[in-house]
Amino acid sequence: MSDNQQMSGGEALVKSLEHEGVDVMFGLPGGAILPVYDPIIDSSIRHILVRHEQGAGHMAEGYAHATGRPGVCMVTSGPAAANVVTPLPDAFLESVPMVCITGQVPYAAIGTDAFQECDTTGITMAVTKHNFLVSDAQDIPRIIHEAFHIATTGRPGPVLVDIPKDIVDPVNPRSAMSWYEATDADMELPGYRPVMEGDRELIRRAAELIRDAERPVLYVGGGVLKARAADALRELAEMVQIPVVTTLMARGAFPDSHELCLGMPGMHGNYTAVTAMQQSDLLISLGARFDDRVTGKLDGFAPDAKIIHVDIDPAELGKVRQTLVGIQGDCRVVIEGIIAAMRELGGADAQVDRTAWRSTVSGWQERFPLVYEQSAPGEKLKPQYVIEELRDHNPSDTIVASGVGQHQMYTSQWWRFDHPYTFVNSGGLGTMGFSIPAAIGAKVGMPDRRVWAVDGDGCFQMTAQELVTASVENIPIKVALLNNSYLGMVRQWQEMFYDERYSEVYLQDRIPDYVKWAEAMGCEAIRVESPEEVAPAIDKANEINDRPVVVEFRTDARENVFPMVPSGKTNSELVVDPSQQDRL
Amino acid sequence: MSAERFHTIVTTVENKPGVLARVAGLFSRRGFNIESLAVAPTDDERFSRITFTVDVESAPLEQVVNQLNKLINVVDIKELDPADSVSRELMLVTVSADSSRRGALMDLIDDWRAYVLNENDEQIMLSFSARPARLLEFEEQLRPFGITELQRTGRVALPSLGR
Repeated sequence: MSDNQQMSGGEALVKSLEHEGVDVMFGLPGGAILPVYDPIIDSSIRHILVRHEQGAGHMAEGYAHATGRPGVCMVTSGPAAANVVTPLPDAFLESVPMVCITGQVPYAAIGTDAFQECDTTGITMAVTKHNFLVSDAQDIPRIIHEAFHIATTGRPGPVLVDIPKDIVDPVNPRSAMSWYEATDADMELPGYRPVMEGDRELIRRAAELIRDAERPVLYVGGGVLKARAADALRELAEMVQIPVVTTLMARGAFPDSHELCLGMPGMHGNYTAVTAMQQSDLLISLGARFDDRVTGKLDGFAPDAKIIHVDIDPAELGKVRQTLVGIQGDCRVVIEGIIAAMRELGGADAQVDRTAWRSTVSGWQERFPLVYEQSAPGEKLKPQYVIEELRDHNPSDTIVASGVGQHQMYTSQWWRFDHPYTFVNSGGLGTMGFSIPAAIGAKVGMPDRRVWAVDGDGCFQMTAQELVTASVENIPIKVALLNNSYLGMVRQWQEMFYDERYSEVYLQDRIPDYVKWAEAMGCEAIRVESPEEVAPAIDKANEINDRPVVVEFRTDARENVFPMVPSGKTNSELVVDPSQQDRL
Repeated sequence: MSAERFHTIVTTVENKPGVLARVAGLFSRRGFNIESLAVAPTDDERFSRITFTVDVESAPLEQVVNQLNKLINVVDIKELDPADSVSRELMLVTVSADSSRRGALMDLIDDWRAYVLNENDEQIMLSFSARPARLLEFEEQLRPFGITELQRTGRVALPSLGR
């Protein structure tokens, strides 16, 4: 403790955020949080005024995805807190470090059904890593420090701090506090002890299993990105020459253009990634969690595979699939440990001969590449073509944020992710409307990088108002809107599994007019309907950097995402593109 | 570990508002079944102890322990194997006891070493503390007399002392 300067809880809150290194926050003021917004005027922190509190949360997530630093959002009580709930389980399932500050009615009024009161900590208990209701102004620096510590260490996640108005309002004596810069020594978290180091014996055992495996696959999840372990992963993969699959949350953790990279596994993974896992004798799972979208029907998943599972969260080990070697620890630290153990075991030279496995895998890659049929003249655009053109007309370190649905899968399949932290998406919760605010947050965090949001028309209509934020705050993101006039992924399921009975999936092909809408929000807007317009429109969008750009691509609603493992089926029952069916 | 279906988990938690709600919420959202639950402060006022009996057929015990461990306010977790621990539960029960059967009831109370806490001409309230299984047996013995009200505390447990 130091300083002893007297100040209000509101001033202390803003000062605490500065002390934690916060350079930007996303929010929207209101009654209960008003006293905190006054000291923000004098703060070094850039505040971005959103148009809906959900946007503030997703922006904080996008910022955290792209930078690795915790995203911060701040909203008022009641309805605002309720509006920011959706980003919390999103950040929880994607393990995104985030601190959300909510206003609350005065402490004495809690429980009286006061105006704009809701039980924010009660509502968010199940969807945050932890939450706090602060009762004394004097506790603010310590609790803010604890919130950032919890959000960023161990398995990262969202932490919410609910702050009653009386302890931040300078006109209330309860807001008086004596300032101190909180340090780790001030923290009161006797039950929180994240473990970074993996058990040496288990690491040694894992290295032996890897050395002896004939058909191993490195199954890489988002935890590798969270642990900043991409370099260590590459070193391990190249040393042992084992193929790598990167899950939706791990795209870019290993370069797509690397010869060992098989791409994305799972429900819409490519044939080789899915089948290599399925026929593997050893899955080395690094920061992945055997999500049902990866495993398909669980009791038919990778039936011959032994499992090495590395995760910082011990509750993930054995949660879904029995592990042979489960190692609790930080992915980077453990991968480095495995590399060291591998060297002791003789390194690359000691590996079992895997020539047969490599040739099997490359045979699948040749027989079952990702494919789509180009549109015939007069037909609508193929969404895959649009993604390919975007990929080829942007630098490889472009950050891409996607929404949820077909366009998300096309992006994961057809972009080439060669760098970590270039794909921002909602893979776990699957939150439609994620991309525009997430792209804004990513651009704020990485202003020198190009940021594209790839969105669908269903998603766009959920959070498009944040383009007003982007225009007003001068955050020049670009939006590729793949407009097929449908809730495309739902339409695909109805086509395939509900006898083409389309129920409530058609949006409208004339309303809204996306160009007018985007222009009304201060964006440059371009509509693209034919293939030859695609590249020029992308190039034009890339030249505009003084405002956001929306490019509406009118795409073919009949197009479906393949390959696909139908829900409830095993990964061996993968449905490939109709043009490849005779090769199975 | 024994193959018993019900295991006892003793958690030390921070004595803060809402901690019981966090623990109970975790159990419900993860689909773990709680058979019994006892909560009270410990000898250190900063901490409380929550003792659960969980049905390990509803979820692997390791998952229950690992998920509980993720709660920031949970400081310590001990899983007590039924074979290696001592558990007790307290029951308060009010039984009909008119003059015709009062003698028989008093004999039963003596045999089982229960205590009379309160009585009038029609009823006797007594307390009985024992292993949870014994509570059920005693309850069966009392049932023919007519049980008016019954309240159990949920089990508490400590590890057995070494030899």
